[in-house]
Amino acid sequence: MKGMTVIVKTVAGWAKMLVFLFGVYIILFGHLTPGGGFAGGVILAASYVLLLLAFGRRFVEEDLPLALDSKLDCLGALAFALIAVWPLIWGGGFFVNFLLKHLPESALNLVSAGTIPLSNIAIGLKVGASLFLVIFLLSVFSDDHGTKTRATGRIADPKE
Amino acid sequence: MNVPLPVFVMVPLMAAFVLPLFGVKGKSAATALANAVTIALLVLAVLAAVHLADVRTADNPNPREVYEVGRHAIPLGINMVLDGLSCLLLLTISVVAAAAMTFSIRYMEQYTAKSKYLSLFLLMVAGMNGVVLSGDIFNLFVFLEIASIASYALVGFGCEHEELEACFKYMVLGTIASAFILFGIGLVYGNTGSLNMAYIARSIRSSGVNPGLAFALALFVAGFGLKAALVPFHAWLPDAHPSAPAPISAMLSGVLIKSLGVYALARVVFNVFGVWPAIAWVLIALGVASMVIGVFLAVGQWDFKRLLAYHSISQMGYVVLGIGLGALILARGGSTAWASLAILAGLFHLVNHAVFKSLLFLASGSVEMATGTRQLKKMGGLALKMPLTRTTATIASAAIAGVPPFNGFWSKLVLVIAAAQAHFYGLAAVTVLVSLVTLISFLKVQRYVFLGELPDHLKQTRDNGGSMFAASAFLAALCVLMGLLLLIPALRANVLDPAVAALTAGIDYAALAKDI
Repeated sequence: MKGMTVIVKTVAGWAKMLVFLFGVYIILFGHLTPGGGFAGGVILAASYVLLLLAFGRRFVEEDLPLALDSKLDCLGALAFALIAVWPLIWGGGFFVNFLLKHLPESALNLVSAGTIPLSNIAIGLKVGASLFLVIFLLSVFSDDHGTKTRATGRIADPKE
Repeated sequence: MNVPLPVFVMVPLMAAFVLPLFGVKGKSAATALANAVTIALLVLAVLAAVHLADVRTADNPNPREVYEVGRHAIPLGINMVLDGLSCLLLLTISVVAAAAMTFSIRYMEQYTAKSKYLSLFLLMVAGMNGVVLSGDIFNLFVFLEIASIASYALVGFGCEHEELEACFKYMVLGTIASAFILFGIGLVYGNTGSLNMAYIARSIRSSGVNPGLAFALALFVAGFGLKAALVPFHAWLPDAHPSAPAPISAMLSGVLIKSLGVYALARVVFNVFGVWPAIAWVLIALGVASMVIGVFLAVGQWDFKRLLAYHSISQMGYVVLGIGLGALILARGGSTAWASLAILAGLFHLVNHAVFKSLLFLASGSVEMATGTRQLKKMGGLALKMPLTRTTATIASAAIAGVPPFNGFWSKLVLVIAAAQAHFYGLAAVTVLVSLVTLISFLKVQRYVFLGELPDHLKQTRDNGGSMFAASAFLAALCVLMGLLLLIPALRANVLDPAVAALTAGIDYAALAKDI
């Protein structure tokens, strides 16, 4: 994929930022409004998919290298696991909302609900990174221009 | 020591997400970490078993430990339950995982992307531990999917044409099984209003099984039967298990089909729905069909690992037959002692099969690595070249064929006694006959792999020592010693009896449910 015309590229460049910000908003307000880590993560991935469609694969690969994406994926999962295990280590119990007692009476504020916003951020990272990785790898296999693909390292047959 | 139950899931899960961060350079560090995790899990499983044995008294033969996740009481929260059966499966998974992981240190050097392999391996272990510990049927499904999806990827790990084909077949059939199970769970939720197994059991105890629930049970039998590769549902196994790398074949045949298939089936049939004669007959029919058809398909195979895979189907038949006989005796209101004996035979054979079949797959991996082939006809005379592998493979072959004093003999003996006591003389005879055919088939393996003439192209073959032998020797020692689990009353009372009591307690599992 080589990307589309300059009009599409310009619009997609602007739209991508808005979509990305909206994803961040959905994740951060997950405990107050509809949405949350998963939905926001999907929107984050969608912003990069938009970039992938408009600019082509090579551009996106420079913007967000696969190795980094894979690491973000693991870190998101690890962060979520740590939030669950942290209270178990310190004597509270697995998945106990240990931050809740430290917060003042603050229901419906952005900083409220204890560990739930943190879990949302971790899930958002995990879902965004892994969903984009899946779509990107699917796009690698649809390559039919005879170029060397990076995921498999083999030369694709142009007749395929 | 009281081990918090989520540790069994979280330790391998977190390690699985740390491992890919090591990359190519940190390969040896990643291997060391993964081995440390599996050995730590083995130690923790033993600690949990010791704790459960401490809790167990004469008045309370079926101890249960409940862990409420997030301190939310059931049914609002999710719970994890450790009882005798879960504990037995947990120990089995840990033993086989530790051995297979040790074997992988050297064996997996043939493949690239070792840290990805280790990560998937630990994900599979986390999924299986979750399945056997979950007290909530939807969580059981989630963990079952984690273990299954990791195993799909591991079956195709070699990325050769044949492996990808087997992986695809396995994935399609595995997904169908998962869909059946999910539909079943949906029906159960619709009919009982709960996803917690204790609450479902209580609801079924008070209002009986309606047609919707009966259909759900049929879906569970088909779904878990597909995961366990019982005979009408076995088509994927002979392709999938040989295609995986040898330590993964050992994990798949050794514990995956048991924890995802037989354990889940037994838990749902005995503890959630309660036994009645029709379902017991279904289990017996599945068991006998797997036992007989599996072994006759196995005898004709010339591919070493494929032969072992067919034997897995056959040996799973023994396990399901034992459990089904116990269910039938219980459902007819017969003697609990004989029902317990039949279930004990099934569960003991489950553990024994996990040990000797994983050992056989490790031996086949060792032979394949040394000779580069799995075809029996292209080998021969390896007894002199590979004495270590030959010794462990012979012990495992004797164990699977039921030669005394190895572990397989004891569980088959108990099964024959239980069948005779239940007046199923025909079944007892079939059990012995299948064991005989198993012996013939493993004599064939001995003849074509280790005895006979050494072909010219195998003159340079060298045995695999080091970590590969250490893992095999550990399992071989277990094959020799595990008869003691049955023969020493103290061991039997603390390891096998609580597992049997967990199943014979039946729908009393509902006692875990509290009133809101």
